Order: sequence, then C-alpha cells, then structure tokens
Amino acid sequence: MSLHRTPSPTELTIVAPRRDVITHLREIVSYRELLFSLVRKELKVRYKHSTLGLLWSMIQPLFLLLIYSVVFSVLGGGIPRLGIWIMSGLLVWTLVSTSVTTAVQSITANGALVGKVRFPRAVLPTATVGAALIHFVLQFSAFALVLLVVRQPVDWAYMWLIPFAIAALVLFLVALGMMVAAMNVYARDTQHLLDMLILGWFWLTPIVFTYGLFLKYLARHDLPDWLPMLNPITPAVTVVQRAIYGKASVNGTSVLPDESVMWYLRNTAVLALVAVVMMYVALRVFDRAEVNMAESL
Amino acid sequence: MSQAIVVDDVSKIFRIATDPVQSLKERLVAVGRRHFTNFTALAPLTFSIDQGETVGILGHNGSGKSTLLKCIAGILRPTTGTIAVRGRLASLLELGAGFHPELSGRENVYINAAFLGISRKEIGSLLDDIIDFAELGQFIDEPVKHYSSGMYVRLGFAVAVNLDPDVLLVDEVLAVGDEAFAKKCIGRVKQFQSEGRTILVVTHSSDIVRQVCNRAIVLDHGQLIADGKPADAITIFREHLHGTLIDDTPHRSARVHLDEVRVLDHGDDQVRLEVEVMAVEPTDGVMLSVEVTDKGNRLVYRVDSSQLGMPVHLDEGSTQFAFDLNVSPLLGGTYPCTIRLIEAETGRLLDWHDLQTGVNVTRSTAGEGVADLGAALLRRTHPVDHPA
Repeated sequence: MSLHRTPSPTELTIVAPRRDVITHLREIVSYRELLFSLVRKELKVRYKHSTLGLLWSMIQPLFLLLIYSVVFSVLGGGIPRLGIWIMSGLLVWTLVSTSVTTAVQSITANGALVGKVRFPRAVLPTATVGAALIHFVLQFSAFALVLLVVRQPVDWAYMWLIPFAIAALVLFLVALGMMVAAMNVYARDTQHLLDMLILGWFWLTPIVFTYGLFLKYLARHDLPDWLPMLNPITPAVTVVQRAIYGKASVNGTSVLPDESVMWYLRNTAVLALVAVVMMYVALRVFDRAEVNMAESL
Repeated sequence: MSQAIVVDDVSKIFRIATDPVQSLKERLVAVGRRHFTNFTALAPLTFSIDQGETVGILGHNGSGKSTLLKCIAGILRPTTGTIAVRGRLASLLELGAGFHPELSGRENVYINAAFLGISRKEIGSLLDDIIDFAELGQFIDEPVKHYSSGMYVRLGFAVAVNLDPDVLLVDEVLAVGDEAFAKKCIGRVKQFQSEGRTILVVTHSSDIVRQVCNRAIVLDHGQLIADGKPADAITIFREHLHGTLIDDTPHRSARVHLDEVRVLDHGDDQVRLEVEVMAVEPTDGVMLSVEVTDKGNRLVYRVDSSQLGMPVHLDEGSTQFAFDLNVSPLLGGTYPCTIRLIEAETGRLLDWHDLQTGVNVTRSTAGEGVADLGAALLRRTHPVDHPA
C-alpha cells in the first residue's frame, strides 16, 4: 500500500491576510491540474446523458450558419456570403459572452466548495473561460471544415494572427471574469446587470453591422475613427473576419479597414497589453475580495 | 522535531452589518450609511504544532475553534498574522464537498484529488485503495447522485485519508457511516499517528481528546486559555465550561458555604457523603449536587437535589445533608467526587468541594471501563448426533 511513507514535508503553505500578485499568480499556476479537471468537468457535465455529446457544440454553429445563409439568400440584402461573415464574428462573440456569463456565477454557484475546501478561488472563473475556449476551438474547427467545403477564399496572410488575437482575448476574458465573479459574491446584482449589458455590448461589436458601417457613421458625425477600437473585443473580431472573409471591401463598400497585416497586429498587441494590465488589476482586486469569500456565500 | 504548523499572531475579525439591507433599493439608499460592528472570532493567537503531534482543539460553540481550523485549512484568511503549514494538508471538514452529482465516483475522485494538488497520473495507483477503503465496488462508476449518503461520505473520507496527507484536519466527523466504518476511520487515524503525521482534531468532546490526542488546546471566546497535556487541558476546559454555564468563580458569599464534606463507607456497596452547609440566616432556593468521575475525568454520574425531588432548606447555623450512593455497579478503583452548592434560580455556583479520593471501590472485579456488568462466559457443547 502506498500509505507507508515517511512524511517528508517539503511544500510550505502560507496563509496570510494578503498576498502579492506574483504569489497569487504562482499559486494559480500550481493548481493548473485542478484547472484542467474543472474544465473537463464542465464539458462532461454539460453533455451528460446526450448521445452526441461534444458534437453538439459543433452542430449548433453549423445549423446557425445554414439559417443565416438560407434566410439572407431568400430575403436578399447584406453583403455576399453573409453567413460566413456573421459566423466569423459570432463565434468570437460566443466565446466572449459564454465566458463572461458563466464566469460571473462561477464562485457563487460553488458555495459549498468555497466554504469547505482550500484552493485559489481564481481557478473557478478561469476554468469557465477555459471551457468556453474549448467550445470555441471545437466550433471553429467545424466552421473551418465548412470553409473548406465551400472553398471560401480566406486570406492566408492574416491567418497566423488568429491564435495571437484569441490568446490576447482569452487573457482579457480571464481578467474580466475574475473581477465580475468576485463582485458577484458581494452583490448578486452583478450577474443580472451583466446579462443586460452583454446585449448592448454585442451591438457595439462589428458582427452583424460591419466595421465599415461603423466608420461611415463616425465620419458623418466628425468622430475619430479609432472609437470602435475602444471595445476590446473589436481587435480580435476584426482579425478573424479579415482572415476568414478574405477581403476588406466588397463591391466598392468597405467592410473592414483596408490596412496591412501590421495594423491588425498592432491592434492585437494593444489588446494584449490591455489584457496584461487588466490581469494585474484583477489579481489584486480578487485577492482582496477573497479574504471574506467563504463567509459571504 | 520540525514544526508542521506555525500560527503566528493570528486574529480573525468579522464585520457584521447591524442594519442588514436586503434589496438593491435599500442598498442604494443606504450607501455609506451602513453600520457595522466588529466581532472578534479569534484574538491574536500564537502557537506551533510539531510534526507528529495529535492535537485536540477544545472549546464550546462559539469559542472560535472552527474558525481557527478553517484558517489553518486556508478556507478563511486571518485578519492579521500568518499561518505556515508544512506539507500536504487534507481536511475532513469537506467530505464530498467537491463532488458533482452527475459525475461518476471515479471522476469525482480525480477532481477531489486535484483540489489537493494531485494529478490524474499520480492518483492512478491510489484509486484501487480508495475504492477498497470506501467499500464501493462497482458503484465507483455510477454517478454519485445515485449514492446513499453513507456511500457519499465514505468516498469523501476515503479520498481524504488515502491521498497521503502530511497534516490532517478533522472536525468531529470521525463517526461516519456505520459503526464498522467508524472503527476503520479511527483505525486509520491511529495509523497516521504511528506514521508520524500531524493531526489536528476540533471537538467539544473531551472523550475524543483523551482517546486520540497527545496535546490539547482550549479556546474560549477566541482566546487560548490552555495548551498542554490532554488531562490538564480537559480539567481547565471543564472548569471553564462549568464556569460559563454556571458562573465564573464560586461566590463564596458570607451567607452560605460548604463547611465540611466527609466520605463514610457504609456497608459493602454503599457510600455516604456527608455535607455540612453553613448559613448566616435561614435560606431557601439553593441546590446541592454530587458529581462522580473516573480518574480520567470521564463523567460517571451526576445528580442534584432538585432532580432527587428534595428541596434544600438551610437554617441559621449549620445544616447537615448526606448523599447515599449505591456503588455496586462500579468497577473497582478510585472515583473523585465533587460536591457543589448552587443557587437554584440563577445557577450561580456558590461553593464547591473536590474529593480526590472520593469513592473507593475495593472490590476486585474483572474487566475495564466504568460499570461492572458482571459478565460470565458460558460454554456448552453440542455433540454431533451420529445417525444410527
């Protein structure tokens, strides 16, 4: 039996009122095994008792793509291959909205756990973003398959940017998720407020409306053209759209900024920088909130 | 010997809203005007526990013992001070807390282990031990929502004790499942002790402390009031407990006090305790109680005059009382006694008298424990009838 071991305690755990950002981060990283376990659990539980299981997360976007394509080809209007345009933005948006709406409840929904087991609580919101990322990867692979079948002329020059854009976005979402999850412990209004805000946020992101349409509006009202980029989702969405949709304008109308790869790369870098700063703030805020979490649930 | 747990100047203060607001509207209206009071659950505590010690934390409800355990477990964080724990810590306050009802027992073991920082790979070899210990058999692959509560707790316990912890925290849950399993759990805790692991037990039962601990810490209102050998700590705990229940120190009022207490052996199985009470004026509304314990401070018997249906009336001067005790059910040995004089209405302790020798049962008896159940061992044979 494995129990006959002389205790040789090496790890030293310190419980203190506060910890600095580096210690906090190191603690989260040391619990990565738990993070993977929780992500696996989220995926397993979600498709429990269904025969197709994870396939559902691939079928759903394909069905959506079919609907958009059929509806707009019947009704007309919009830009050509509108289904593919919308899907390339919508998949990124689904990653954002799923992450945020599940992360906000990740701690309050696990009250029993938080009250009884020791672990860095930031793992909980991180795990929900992780599960959303896995879904995104699955959905995106299914989408890629369709692109291959319909011979979508993607722009390979921009393709390599996608992983970087998604990585920066995920870092941003983890930071945001940690903050809203901590807030929700002390004021449950957060989750309801967020459910509402996310609806408005969707329309501030160039998904159904094109980026070109936003620019046209801004020009008409003498507003600066960098305004849409204040939305941290926009850099990631536009990178994916530029690569998948393959062109910046159709029939003379601009749908995306007609800029070089470097311009998109710069936006991605800014997003990454914002995400890092957010992460620093989130780790500090979360550490402060964690002190009384177990009693507040 | 190295230190396993170091508690350094740890305090915990809870902020309690004195005017709790429920709705968002109330909250908005009350912004910046809410009133809080601070509740000190733990006064600054400093102590350390060596590797291999089994320490009982004694205290009654609200003494802060669970808060302390949660701080050591890292579930709560102290308001000031730090706690250092060396080695892997598992706590038995969490039996099955991390379980997800939809997942199988096996999956849940993986997740539970991950909370202790153990990877899927590492647990591979331990899984069979856990399933064995929890007595789950093929149920391990069923979703835990189909488990009985006993199975649930058994699996939780099995995970906690089989994952090789260096420090084990226990919160009065040793009696899990049926009696056989509870025995197995105590056995495992004893095995841990012999292996030199550190165990911390939180309880309000002095019996558990006496049975398994080699050191005890007594908490009261967040303050450490005793730290030492179990027997000494238990004595302080019990005195303190009576103190809080009845009052702090005896009110040796000039009005009434115990003058003399005598033990008179009186027949084979009869003991008479004679008590002389002094009063300066005629007094009613007092009670006399007698408490018999064994040498380990375990309560054997306690009764007071009101339970016996006998009002205590004191005349001016001295009044004599006598408790007649039938000690025939007791095993041979010495049993300390305490006589208490209590104000009936308030429960205030007016005076007490300890008799260390107390009741002496000289009969030679077989067996151990408290009561002599007079066992006899019979033997009977049934010769096999060979058919003719």
